[in-house]
Amino acid sequence: MAVAFDEMNIPGGDLRPAYQELARWLKETPPEALEYRRQEAELLFRRIGITFAVYGEAESTERLIPFDVIPRIMSGKEWTLLEKGLKQRVRALNMFLRDIYHGRDILRAEIVPDDLIFQNPVFRPEMNGQQVPHDVYVHIAGIDIVRVDAEDFIVLEDNARTPSGVSYMLENREIMMRLFPDLFARHRVAPVERYPDELLSALRSVAPLSASSEPTVALLTPGVYNSAYYEHSFLADKLGIELVEGRDLIVKNNEVFMRTTEGLKRVDVIYRRVDDDFLDPLTFRPDSVLGVPGLMSAYAAGNITLANAVGTGIADDKAIYSYMPDIVKFYLGEEPILKNVPTWRCREPKDLAYVLDNLSELVVKEVHGSGGYGMLIGPAATKATIEAFREKLKREPEGFIAQPTLALSTCPTCTASGLAPRHVDLRPFVLTGSKSTTIVPGGLTRVALKEGSLVVNSSQGGGTKDTWILDE
Amino acid sequence: MLSRTAENLYWLARYVERAEYLARTIDATLRVTALPAAYIGKTNEWDSALLTAGVAASFYQKYEEANEHNVVDYLSFSVDNPSSIRNCIEAARLNSRSVRTALTSEMWDTINSAWIELQEVWSKGTSTREDLAKFLRFVQETSLRFDGSAYRTMLRNDAYWFSRLGLHLERADNTARILDVKYHVLLPEEEHVGGPLDFYQWSSILRSVSALTAYHWVYRETLKPWLVADLLILNGTLPRSLASCYDNLVRNLDQIGVAYGRQGPAQRHARGIRNRLEHSNMNDIFQHGVHEFIQEFITDNSRLGEIITKQYLI
Repeated sequence: MAVAFDEMNIPGGDLRPAYQELARWLKETPPEALEYRRQEAELLFRRIGITFAVYGEAESTERLIPFDVIPRIMSGKEWTLLEKGLKQRVRALNMFLRDIYHGRDILRAEIVPDDLIFQNPVFRPEMNGQQVPHDVYVHIAGIDIVRVDAEDFIVLEDNARTPSGVSYMLENREIMMRLFPDLFARHRVAPVERYPDELLSALRSVAPLSASSEPTVALLTPGVYNSAYYEHSFLADKLGIELVEGRDLIVKNNEVFMRTTEGLKRVDVIYRRVDDDFLDPLTFRPDSVLGVPGLMSAYAAGNITLANAVGTGIADDKAIYSYMPDIVKFYLGEEPILKNVPTWRCREPKDLAYVLDNLSELVVKEVHGSGGYGMLIGPAATKATIEAFREKLKREPEGFIAQPTLALSTCPTCTASGLAPRHVDLRPFVLTGSKSTTIVPGGLTRVALKEGSLVVNSSQGGGTKDTWILDE
Repeated sequence: MLSRTAENLYWLARYVERAEYLARTIDATLRVTALPAAYIGKTNEWDSALLTAGVAASFYQKYEEANEHNVVDYLSFSVDNPSSIRNCIEAARLNSRSVRTALTSEMWDTINSAWIELQEVWSKGTSTREDLAKFLRFVQETSLRFDGSAYRTMLRNDAYWFSRLGLHLERADNTARILDVKYHVLLPEEEHVGGPLDFYQWSSILRSVSALTAYHWVYRETLKPWLVADLLILNGTLPRSLASCYDNLVRNLDQIGVAYGRQGPAQRHARGIRNRLEHSNMNDIFQHGVHEFIQEFITDNSRLGEIITKQYLI
């Protein structure tokens, strides 16, 4: 694999401009001082209780995501380009969803094959012809971005269901500002703290017509044992809205109410962090205890807004992903600003043959997988793993896509042996309300802490960094 | 507010209060049992400790006899005892996590830091008396810090009032239980009144509700059993007395009633108990029978808990 693009150091000894001040500061700061603040940061995370649960681990059900104190820095110019690309992408995602559940122009134009939609388990026939308030499907999108050079931003994955991680973006910044005031004084870092405000106004803007002029918004969580529970409570707190579980809600006459100490109170917008499958046991999984019986009929009656809408999984599906550049062009008539990773669709025989011949070079992903589970990273895998994967792939080729192993960009990161480059990605959060699409300058930078590793997922040993956009 | 949130706040306060009370009970029992046998008589103080904690039945399913070692373990660290200090702290943290949005960061920090700190105690236990004393002190301090944080940082709205309801209901229950177990040493017609034995029993009771110094301030007298009973039952200035708990319960329920614009059975029931306490004097109570009076109170008090639950929490 080629040497990765480093976001700080240019081969030959020069620095990229956004990092010059940081490099000077690092030179002046003794390593012990850095180590001391690293420990301080960890203590803060534990005391605040910013933990997540790892499924399938009996002991240590609450863990910290390792936090790296070296910020990742981007220039304002880079951000302007990225922001434009993200808005374009999310606009296309929303138009695509509206079309799929209504006129289906894109299928008639044969841009996307029918069976990829209709035979897809995340396609929700319940949403056919259903009007969603203000035609917004994806109110909160987390678009995973990687870089391989100084010019382009590449989308690795669209997250249009219940993307998480924004609490880390906010808390990482809080902790950095507490521990490194001197470093902030030497930079002009664009603030991220208005995210909760923007999220709340986006959510209120999409309230259904039957809502009062002061719509009630609630955040629906699967509960305290969910891996992202901290984030749910954090956001509810910052937004000043109730954090509800399924059992707190009840549907009467196609309206949704929450049980309060003063009796039932109507809810107009639900920012739900519960998957489609569990939302309503009468419509989806009957064994779900996380959901609210009757929620879907209140939804169909237009008395509640769900954010994100039901059925958005069809837009961020990995099989659909490879069509995204065409989807952008189809709806917007524009060239996509953000690039896609070249993708082989294993469902197509020609592509499958290529993938089978080049397994040791490729990353193969399950179409419906997430969190870095169930994927093959060819260059890092043993022969036996590759062979086992080959069999899986042959049995069910339509379940997989393959991509070249990208040399993800690196950023300087604290390691046991001092600062060293580690691979990173970026998840900015794109908010869409009835009137506008906004993005807080920044996002969640995830870093693969193991040397050479490309897997940044927190469930697999990834860490996070504060992301600085310089306000020039 | 959400009923579930109110319920969690109410129970959170109860668990913290109970943990503190257990720590005080163990502390007081350790003091009494450290005295030479001649001072404490034949009663098994560890058995009394179990009774005041209300867990004697489940304890004796597991153990033959109550002694310092197994009672301290059962009340402090046992996973099997649903009201052990350990389980109270664990439940308090779980409740806090569920209602983080309704807690101030100071309250969360108190519970979460204590929980983190105590993980080590759970895994290692307390091998020496000194360790145990440190642990018991830590639990009491945690409760004080939690209560102080609530008092100083919470908005004065229903969230605060529901947490106060839990605190005072639990506190009333604890004070009543200790009186119920020890009522016989408070009866004036008992023999040995004023003997050394009773003196230590009475001071132990007062200590477990942190009222020993208060007694002297209130009565400026040597320890007298009917005054001890008067202090714990009827004295409205002692924060842990039944009267004082009910002043608070009535006040907090009234505040909820005013804020919600309606009164209900919980308000009426609490006022009924408060009025009975207000119009009682120790003579009548002794005439009527201390034991019967306390028993009745305990039933009425837990009935209030049920009414509050039905009216607001589900």
